[in-house]
Amino acid sequence: MVHRIEIFYRRPEMDNRGRQILDRLNGLGLDGSVSFVLLSDVYTLDGDFTAAELQQAAQLLSNPVVHQFTIDQARELEDFSFALEIGFLPGVTDNIASTTRETLQDTWKRRLPPDAGIYSSRVYYLAGGLSRADVEQIAVDLANPLIQRIHIKSQAEYLADGGMEPVVPRVSLAETTEVKTVALDIADEELEILGKKGIVDHYNDRGEPVFRGPLALDRPYLDVIIDYFKNVEHRHPTDIELESLAQTWSEHCKHTIFAASIDEVTDGLYRCYIKGATAKIRASRGDQDPCVSVFVDNSGAIVFDDDYLVTDKVETHNSPSALDPFGGAITGIVGVNRDTVGFGLGAKPVLNRYGFCFADPDDDEPIYRSPGRRDQALLPRQIMEGVIDGVRVGGNCSGIPTTQGFMVFDHRYKGKPLVFVGTVGLIPRRIGDQPSHEKKARAGDYIVMVGGRVGLDGIHGATFSSEALTGGSPATAVQIGDPITQKKFSDCLVKVARDLQLYHSITDNGAGGLSCSVAEMARECGGCLVELDRVPTKYPGMAPWQIWISESQERMTLAVPPENWEKLQELLQGQGVEGTVIGEFTDSGRCQVRYHGRTVMDMDLDFLHNGLPAKVLRTECCRVDLSPLELPPALPVNDLFLKLFSRLNIGSRSFVSTQYDYEVQGGSVLKPLIGRNLIDNFATVVRPVLDKPRGVAVSQSLYPAYSELDPYAMAAAGIDTAVRNLLAVGCPLERIALLDNFCWCSSHDPARLWQLKETARACHDIAVAYGTPFISGKDSMFNDFCGYDADDRPVAISVPPTLLISSLGVIPHVRQVRSFAFQEPGDLLYLIGELDKSLGGSEFQAMLKDEGLLTNGQTGLVPRVRTAEFRVVYEQICQLVARGLCRSLHPLAQGGLAAALGKSAMAHGLGAAIRIPDDRRVEHFLFAESMGCFLVSVGPGDRRAFESATADIPCLFLGEVSGDASLEVRQGKIKHVEVPVATLLAAYRQPFAAFQGD
Amino acid sequence: MASPRVLLLTGYGINCEEETAFAFSRCGARCRIVHVNDLIADPGQLGQAQIFVVPGGFSYGDDTGSGNALANKMRNTLWPELMDFVLKDHLVLGICNGFQVLVNLGLLPGFAGAYGERRAALIANLSSRYECRWVELLVPENRSVFLRGLDRLSIPIAHGEGRFYAPDDVVRQLQGGGNVAMVYADQSGKPAAGRFPENPNGSLGDIAAICDDSGRILGMMPHPERALVLSQLPSWPDMTARRAPGQWDDPGPGFSLFQNAVDYFSR
Repeated sequence: MVHRIEIFYRRPEMDNRGRQILDRLNGLGLDGSVSFVLLSDVYTLDGDFTAAELQQAAQLLSNPVVHQFTIDQARELEDFSFALEIGFLPGVTDNIASTTRETLQDTWKRRLPPDAGIYSSRVYYLAGGLSRADVEQIAVDLANPLIQRIHIKSQAEYLADGGMEPVVPRVSLAETTEVKTVALDIADEELEILGKKGIVDHYNDRGEPVFRGPLALDRPYLDVIIDYFKNVEHRHPTDIELESLAQTWSEHCKHTIFAASIDEVTDGLYRCYIKGATAKIRASRGDQDPCVSVFVDNSGAIVFDDDYLVTDKVETHNSPSALDPFGGAITGIVGVNRDTVGFGLGAKPVLNRYGFCFADPDDDEPIYRSPGRRDQALLPRQIMEGVIDGVRVGGNCSGIPTTQGFMVFDHRYKGKPLVFVGTVGLIPRRIGDQPSHEKKARAGDYIVMVGGRVGLDGIHGATFSSEALTGGSPATAVQIGDPITQKKFSDCLVKVARDLQLYHSITDNGAGGLSCSVAEMARECGGCLVELDRVPTKYPGMAPWQIWISESQERMTLAVPPENWEKLQELLQGQGVEGTVIGEFTDSGRCQVRYHGRTVMDMDLDFLHNGLPAKVLRTECCRVDLSPLELPPALPVNDLFLKLFSRLNIGSRSFVSTQYDYEVQGGSVLKPLIGRNLIDNFATVVRPVLDKPRGVAVSQSLYPAYSELDPYAMAAAGIDTAVRNLLAVGCPLERIALLDNFCWCSSHDPARLWQLKETARACHDIAVAYGTPFISGKDSMFNDFCGYDADDRPVAISVPPTLLISSLGVIPHVRQVRSFAFQEPGDLLYLIGELDKSLGGSEFQAMLKDEGLLTNGQTGLVPRVRTAEFRVVYEQICQLVARGLCRSLHPLAQGGLAAALGKSAMAHGLGAAIRIPDDRRVEHFLFAESMGCFLVSVGPGDRRAFESATADIPCLFLGEVSGDASLEVRQGKIKHVEVPVATLLAAYRQPFAAFQGD
Repeated sequence: MASPRVLLLTGYGINCEEETAFAFSRCGARCRIVHVNDLIADPGQLGQAQIFVVPGGFSYGDDTGSGNALANKMRNTLWPELMDFVLKDHLVLGICNGFQVLVNLGLLPGFAGAYGERRAALIANLSSRYECRWVELLVPENRSVFLRGLDRLSIPIAHGEGRFYAPDDVVRQLQGGGNVAMVYADQSGKPAAGRFPENPNGSLGDIAAICDDSGRILGMMPHPERALVLSQLPSWPDMTARRAPGQWDDPGPGFSLFQNAVDYFSR
């Protein structure tokens, strides 16, 4: 018997979630047509329960002070237009239901039988002048049809039917546990289809093949595979072997473009430029080398102090976030947390960071994935809100402070957003008698899978067919994030099991699932034997190949010596964590997989990892001739100064920072928001060890607006700014390390490859010049969208080539930390570094274009990084900071001196009066995004010491901080800018005012 | 008397146990962090402690209501030991999610020792948004031993469901009986009167913390462990810039709360 418990607030004004949805719907253009939204939480119980038990369950699931409930009865509401119920599709992880089951079992002191189902769902009661089509639109906004079911009833239908019917989303899978042999002696056209569309799963009732999803194996790869199976194994591969090869050899896992020989760089970009730079820096630093583990593990690690290492990793989750912004972002952040837990013997995540590249959230021009206005892509605003929410839930629920991040807006991110997520970790340098960054599975160790169960979610990453999403079949495409499951095993492993030395090795299950994690660890000892039927699954009926490559989230793979298994198992069970022995590591040289005793995969491990043929790539130079921007003779500088602050790329995004818990773990030092007016910070500092004064500083930088003009300068600017940001908060240059994330587009295009090569070359040159090594990196090469506009015309949108540089540094003592906030009236202002006149690609240039003040087709010059000169300045900055001679520092970046001056003033609501030299136009002075520069304030008592310390570097006195809360910029007799700070603050808060939570 | 023993709960998404233990240790207490399941397996451990803490976090991911699932778990498995504990001269502290747990357990408000009865709730913030920000708090005259000698505090909150709600008569009884331990205030120290962001969640009566009639059980939404030392404060970079006196680990505004708890046992 199916029962339905519906829980709701006693009074509508308590129902904030309903009000929030009302606001959201108004924001989506349904203004006024929805008058109220009320919510009910529904628990569907399928099984034999007494009336008293149901009553008790409802009481346990609600709070009588604020809630009411009904059992097997419709909620009575006076006036509403439609009821909309959203629940999960069969097989989708339902955490609320699992918690409810545990609560009921505890209460009744009995285990509920496995066939007693518990499911959660939510009903939205909507009132207003709505049509069914409106409600369908609302439903698509509130639900994700890939993982959720939608049920709509008008009030009349609701009353006639006595409410919503109970729905039991039970999975009913046909047993398809067979293993197929895939013949490779087939025609060329068939081979091509196999590579592109994948293995034929079955034929539909029209006799057409239904494919399992792309293998992304092109002809040269297939040829090698054909050759291997024909001449080495003397047989055809099984489906699981082919799927496994496709996962292992994917661009995602093997970074084939970065590994390929490209023009004269025969070693490949990664080895020559990225790894090459780090190797040079490490060699030059000798015993002062800060690097401990670079490019070999799930994260990179540098020395924190004698006792600890800090690790860092930044990932992207772009494609999943385009389809399911919340799901993509939460699995992104929780996934990169696992790169920390999976570092060495297991590091503890101590800091999250994020970076989002979106299109303008006010852009509501629809685009479609399919012709005929089908498969509409999500609107930029929906993507933005979903992604922000996903990182919030992932980070906050995991108890990891999310301290640092950015948002960049450009219309070219409309087809695909970029979602960067990063995690810094902390690990003692030694675990017992062993260096913590070294790990090695040994032959005979058990292969243990820990964490969530395996389901059909996330098979073939983001590829899916709509056929798979009809009733009764589980959702396959989207991964579901469950931070609490991960928090439980993360605590258990990193806080207990690691220090008891219960396992030899650990890695996370990310892309490719077990097929990649187990095969990767098998390299440490030389083989593995997996019994796939032992892998715990979410439901019966999964095929072996699906179990092997599923990317179901929240799982780690461990190598556990048999003698430790009992103890580990007891520990895991005690903390509510599932762990299962699924095989053992061997030294057979083979990757062997069995299913119910039958061998389904048996391949040479070396071929699996190293068999793929090397690529040879050619580029095509597409250097752009740049010429200086020709500014109109007279520009309204004062207006433009003010307007700059209300641009999406400069304005306050404090509504994001305040949603993220940046204080948890108790080590926060320099926060994401500065001063009483909460101005966005560019770098943050935490103290990861509670009783130590030592800090970890993090920042990020990117200049996608420069990419098409000069990719080398783009990369140089990104590195320079990411480094400068850390110097500005008090971090010494020699303690800074870098991470690279390349998000490219159309990477088969030789012109794009040339830009890629230029960018990588700059990474090498600048990193070596500053002595700041790369310790980890990741690339995502195809961020392109091909679809249709509202008139059904084809549109292609590619992201601008985007290089994100993340910086990580160690500050010896947090008394050295500075913010950018002006401190007191009378403090002196200086510009350190030499201003660049270049305005090409600047936010100012974009503003002039948007305002119609610039003739089209102008490129402008792009700011250059002059490493030799800058390095001298940076070493002096470190001295100034160490001597405490600067009260505030703000690096010049997007928005130039204007942005730096305004933000520094706004922080505490102070003013400033500066005077600029008359050797150039004021626009160059205020708005050029000069590299190598800092705006610095100095206490009047330190004037002498400061000026003598900066005698040998470019340092220009600008003026003073003032108490009259107004910003003034004069040049000769002309007052170019005079803006009250309150006015500036209003402009700064304007772009995202609609998202602020008041 | 020797320094008191503190038992801090962890597991299932609790995530502030380490820094909260650190705060008590700094004040001289002896701390043990114990997993919920280990406590259930050996509830006698509770009897060895003098202070029981339910730290902040996301127990059970807020499923079935924030703090509700963990409260259900504790009621089902630890109730006799909990009653035994609170009826002795012991202290209980619930911070953030821990406050939500204590309210769902009915340990708060616990008027006249009526423990177990739910009389209040912490519901979704009026802004319908998770809020992490520093707030000003006013400490009215109240019964809590944790807040002795304190009148104002500046410490952070971080929660999505912190809006204190109770029927009018309960709110009046709390206010009249010295059970309101902290209220959200503006910069000048006056109650926020419901205004955002001074009152960050829309709590009735600006209530940020309440205590039971014994004054030995305190539940609070703000996080005192995040304002334990000076280097945690938003003004730290201003202090360093101005070479203000004070070391990075000198006591911050949250320190006294822990010190009061520890001192309670050295009377």
